[in-house]
Amino acid sequence: MKMLHMAGLFWVMFAPSWSATKNSCQQCHSSLGGDLATPALLFKKDIHSQHGFGCSDCHGGDPEADDPETAMSRARGFRGKIARTAVPKLCARCHSDATFMHKYAPQQRVDQYAQYQTSVHGKRIAAGDQAAATCVDCHGIHNILQVKDTLSPVHPLRLPATCAHCHADKARMAKYNIPTDQFEEYRKSVHWEALEKRGDLSAPSCASCHGNHGATPPGVNSVAAVCGTCHVLMESLYEKSPHQAAFVRMKLAGCVVCHGNHAVFQPSVKMLQGDSSVCAQCHDATSGGGIAATRMAASLNSLTAAIKVSSEILGRATRDGMEVSEPQARLQDAQELLIKARVAVHAFDLAAVQAPVNEGLKITTETYQAGLSALKERDRRRLGLGISLITIVMTIAGLWLAIRRLEKPSGTRG
Amino acid sequence: MNLLTAIKRIRSWLDERLGLEDIKSFLVHKTVPRHSATLWYYFGGITLFLFVIQVLTGILLLLYYRPTVSEAYESVQFIMTRVQFGWLVRSIHSWSANLMIFTAFVHMFSVVFLRSFRRPREVVWLSGIAMLGLALGFGFSGYLLPWNTISYFATKVGTDMAASMPGIGYYVARFLRGGDDVGGATLTRFFGFHVAVLPGFMTVLLLVHLVLVQKFGISSPPKIEQKYQRRGEPIPAMKFFPNFFLRELMAWYATLGVLGSLAAIFPWELGTKADPFAPAPAGIRPEWYFLAPFYTLKLLPSHVWWGIEGELIGLAGFALLAFFWAALPFWAINRQGVERSRLVTGVGVALLAYLASFSALGYWR
Repeated sequence: MKMLHMAGLFWVMFAPSWSATKNSCQQCHSSLGGDLATPALLFKKDIHSQHGFGCSDCHGGDPEADDPETAMSRARGFRGKIARTAVPKLCARCHSDATFMHKYAPQQRVDQYAQYQTSVHGKRIAAGDQAAATCVDCHGIHNILQVKDTLSPVHPLRLPATCAHCHADKARMAKYNIPTDQFEEYRKSVHWEALEKRGDLSAPSCASCHGNHGATPPGVNSVAAVCGTCHVLMESLYEKSPHQAAFVRMKLAGCVVCHGNHAVFQPSVKMLQGDSSVCAQCHDATSGGGIAATRMAASLNSLTAAIKVSSEILGRATRDGMEVSEPQARLQDAQELLIKARVAVHAFDLAAVQAPVNEGLKITTETYQAGLSALKERDRRRLGLGISLITIVMTIAGLWLAIRRLEKPSGTRG
Repeated sequence: MNLLTAIKRIRSWLDERLGLEDIKSFLVHKTVPRHSATLWYYFGGITLFLFVIQVLTGILLLLYYRPTVSEAYESVQFIMTRVQFGWLVRSIHSWSANLMIFTAFVHMFSVVFLRSFRRPREVVWLSGIAMLGLALGFGFSGYLLPWNTISYFATKVGTDMAASMPGIGYYVARFLRGGDDVGGATLTRFFGFHVAVLPGFMTVLLLVHLVLVQKFGISSPPKIEQKYQRRGEPIPAMKFFPNFFLRELMAWYATLGVLGSLAAIFPWELGTKADPFAPAPAGIRPEWYFLAPFYTLKLLPSHVWWGIEGELIGLAGFALLAFFWAALPFWAINRQGVERSRLVTGVGVALLAYLASFSALGYWR
């Protein structure tokens, strides 16, 4: 009886796992070696494998059958290698099914296929272009990882290189007649710096502007809206500015005209005046626009310089032990006003820039005065210390003389 | 009745009620040994002088300081920036606290090397050691009061150490913090310890210490005693008043000069307001007088024999060391009444070397 119980327990513990792990595809392919073994070996770490899916879920066939002929027979639904053009639809069987996906990734979107069909990639695949990207070109084939996995080719830190894999390939892109320097240019940009150097996963990469599954180049008129996804204030000021209507008229792509597209550099006052001025591309220095740009630059420079001078004097006071945390906090307000003024440049209105600059200059006047007062106070303290030390030394000397007089033998006292 | 007659009558009235003549007679007859080591006698007086400065500047700070999480930092900032000479009062309070602990250590080691703890001065030694403990308590509790980042995290580390004691650790830490973590209750508690509890104990111990020093007089080192005994001469001495007193006054003035210079040239920093949700800043360390034990605990492995925590072993070691150091007058003499001179000097030098080297290592590494 006891033996019977033990046998029952053994069955309960191991029988389900036997049936769940039965996968003749993996067993055979792992032992074949070479290219035929690679998918089986890679698939062990695939997210689908970890959720309990097997080869047959995509390729069909019967993983229960040990005989290869039976397992890979058309009668058992074996599809074999999936054609590139069929890949998106195959993935969409599950990934477009909200009820099904809810069991595994409740927060994951299920419109990838719908978006893909609107993308340049999707349209080309639909037109029979075998070279256009499908799901597996970005996500991998048998080693698909979650997007948040840093090893995934679509993890934010790796995505630009994944796109560049095709888009920087001159031979592959030749027939499409599109440039291949996007990745090289992007690697010079502030966006790349934020992503790669600072590890800021929210920094924009290819998909942030072009979309991911619905990847399409933004149209000339929608560039500002794309940039405005993150740069909200700049976009709203630009939309009300005289440049907006002019750029639409001239079929110029909004933000890109001044900032570039892939190589977006750190903006500076140099963009407004001087040799590298972007305004000079259209405005003559003596024209109304050129003069306004020069004045805006002068206005921003004046606040930058005033902040620097205040910061230096407060820094000196701090190094000398003076308590100036309040003016230092106030100087932060001036710094924020400088940022506000830089943003206001997108209104292309001198008054809009000068308003925060003037407010900032008032603050820097206060903080500079506070720094000066702190240094004067430091000098007063040191003067006070000097006088006190002289008094102390004189008192000590007086005491010493008194002691000597006191301890002089009585006969020698004057 | 002229002025002189009036003064005489007031003096006579006070003498009858306060015994002024007895005090005068005591001061006139009190002497202080005069020899090559007399210099070390001034450190007790300097420590007392710095304590008095602590009390006076502490009272001035109390006029503006507010011991709550939302106001503590701002009130100290107000003292430093808005109150006339507030910066000076706070800087002198902080610098004199540090100098007082330094001179107390100098005084303690001079007592050891001059053998001033010998019979019948054991209670003088014990009261001195207890006062040094209280001074460290003043330092630990006062450090938190400005409620800045460094002080907040240093208090967290310090109370965590207390919590690691077996059995009672949890209760000691809870008592110190007034809760599970350092917060508003800790600040109020530390303020209470700093301005009421510790000063109360300190006053009692200081009175005991001073009364006993007057009762037994100032001790001379055994070698000097023996030298004059062999010659059959008394040890040279000077009158306490005015000779020694005037010299002590000179030392106090010199201390005041050093204190004023430190306060004016290196005003005590306020730092940034503590943010309990922020991560601890890198390189956090306690005040210099806690650096030696802090660095020792850092060097110990997390677990030693049989899985016992290294920190626990370290704390037990410090408790034992403090106990044996306090019991110095009792093991410094053997059963035959002969002093274990080499042992005392050896232990004193070893402790001094340990404190100096580990404090330096704790500061620079």
